[in-house]
Amino acid sequence: MTAYLKLDHISKSFRRGSTETEVLRDINLGIDKGEIVSIIGHSGCGKSTLLNLIAGLTPVTSGGVLLEDREVNAPGPERAVVFQNHSLLPWLTVYDNVALAVDKVFGDTKSRAERRSWIMHNLDLVQMTHARDKRPSEISGGMKQRVGIARALAIEPKILLLDEPFGALDALTRAHLQDSVMQIHASLKNTMIMITHDVDEAVLLSDRIVMMTNGPSATIGEVLDVRLSRPRKRLDLVADRAYIAARESVLKFLYERHRFVEAA
Amino acid sequence: MTLAVVKTQEAAAPLAAPEAKVIALPTSQKTSFAKMLPRYGRSLVSNVVPPLITAAILLLIWQIAFGRAGATLPSPVQVWKDASDLIVDPFFVTGPQDIGLGWRTLTSLQRVGIGFSLAAIVGVMVGALVGQSVWAMRGLDPIFQILRTVPPLAWLPISLAAFRDSSPSAIFVIFITSIWPILINTAVGVRNIPQDYRNVAQVLRLNTFEFFWKIMLPSAAPYIFTGLRIGIGLAWLAIVAAEMLTGGVGIGFFIWDAWNSSRLSDIVVALFYIGFVGFVLDRIVGAIGSLVTRGTAAA
Ligand SMILES: Nc1ncnc2c1ncn2[C@@H]1O[C@H](COP(=O)(O)OP(=O)(O)O)[C@@H](O)[C@H]1O
Ligand SMILES: [Mg+2]
Repeated sequence: MTAYLKLDHISKSFRRGSTETEVLRDINLGIDKGEIVSIIGHSGCGKSTLLNLIAGLTPVTSGGVLLEDREVNAPGPERAVVFQNHSLLPWLTVYDNVALAVDKVFGDTKSRAERRSWIMHNLDLVQMTHARDKRPSEISGGMKQRVGIARALAIEPKILLLDEPFGALDALTRAHLQDSVMQIHASLKNTMIMITHDVDEAVLLSDRIVMMTNGPSATIGEVLDVRLSRPRKRLDLVADRAYIAARESVLKFLYERHRFVEAA
Repeated sequence: MTLAVVKTQEAAAPLAAPEAKVIALPTSQKTSFAKMLPRYGRSLVSNVVPPLITAAILLLIWQIAFGRAGATLPSPVQVWKDASDLIVDPFFVTGPQDIGLGWRTLTSLQRVGIGFSLAAIVGVMVGALVGQSVWAMRGLDPIFQILRTVPPLAWLPISLAAFRDSSPSAIFVIFITSIWPILINTAVGVRNIPQDYRNVAQVLRLNTFEFFWKIMLPSAAPYIFTGLRIGIGLAWLAIVAAEMLTGGVGIGFFIWDAWNSSRLSDIVVALFYIGFVGFVLDRIVGAIGSLVTRGTAAA
């Protein structure tokens, strides 16, 4: 059986002037429908680059991305991205930010009223209906990320790509959003690829954790199956043996075998 | 703190909503109207009184300097005596060439309106192209950099030759004078569109037209309005100079005509009109700019 999303021998080099640096080498990964996969690795190893390759925002140097056995090499709404710094359009209200996406993707298939209620439904999914008329500058960082998630969900992507979505948030807000993501996944069963540098977040949310070696020429070092039943509850997991074991093996990978060597 | 975490963990969606509300940043814009009124009055006083005092002092100095018999320029009192009709009634009409300065200003404004609107449309479109495409920039930018240094009036003979009429020539001079700051600022604004916004557009597969209207224009709006504001100032500078040479009923020609018939007081009044209108134009474009770019500025 072939995977829903397949990363097939992907390599990526950046050329700057006459120097060419290989950032990613020979990435192979299959992701099943409905799976949550985290990608974890030290800063600068190429996680964002990998996500942009999957999104089609950056072209691959060699290899290919296959979604349902078809190669994708340009961005499109079936692979929605939640960007690290929310990337909401500051001149639009919360509602209009989601509407921009919904009107573009469902402009031909849904009526005006249907689109309206679909936008509200997605804002409700992330508990942001109360701020529908606010502009991004008037809401907190966590709320911006919620809206970013609503905008991505609202175009009904086959794959949801999240680039360190909660990286800039405080611990408490982050916990709220992680819970929201788990709730949404429980009801929509969507496929997600999430980049993170937070070990707890990776273990809590994912079905599998992809651990990347350090760059340059980073590749997948190890893939860990997280065998924890859902729904997962943060507090119950603290003492859970499988959770502790998973956490430990990720930490060991990151801090023993692939310790981050700071460039001087 | 621990309690809050437990709660959201177990809670369903409705419970989490008010929790999230607590983190909301306070909205600073909501000031009650009652509080605003006295503040508004105070700022009016503090903004209007100082320039009034300065103006009074300057008029006084002017009067002292040129009040003597045989002075080369008219004093304020003399100006009032000679040209009070121009000051009191801007919109009188007593003959084909004897009309109030309001009418003349409106004629000039109409030319500026046409020339500047054309410059705004073409400037934004070409600026967007230059900002978006590296090749357009490489090809066009050097040419623009040379053309934009040509003084407005240097264009006049050639446009008179081309249009064979003074009114379109004056409009062309306005156009060619005010387009450069608009074009160049738009290009810079488009070049500075954050990659994030471009990524959003790409994921949604916005077409060129949608990208222009929904991402490019709003994102570059602060830059565009900077260009428009410089452009309207230059346009107003140029129209007066152009009209002095082309004739007609504009305020520029009025000055030239008054000079030829030695009506110095009329010239002084006209200068005040020009300064005042230029100031108002600048403020109008500035106000529209800050209204339109409210959201973008506070990203
Ligand atoms: N557009 C680019 N051009 C050149 N080098 C790039 C580009 N994008 C990323 N890189 C390089 O690729 C490496 C990985 O970057 P990135 O994917 O952002 O890492 P991560 O997200 O894991 O922190 C970095 O060394 C970075 O300098
Ligand atoms: Mg990154």
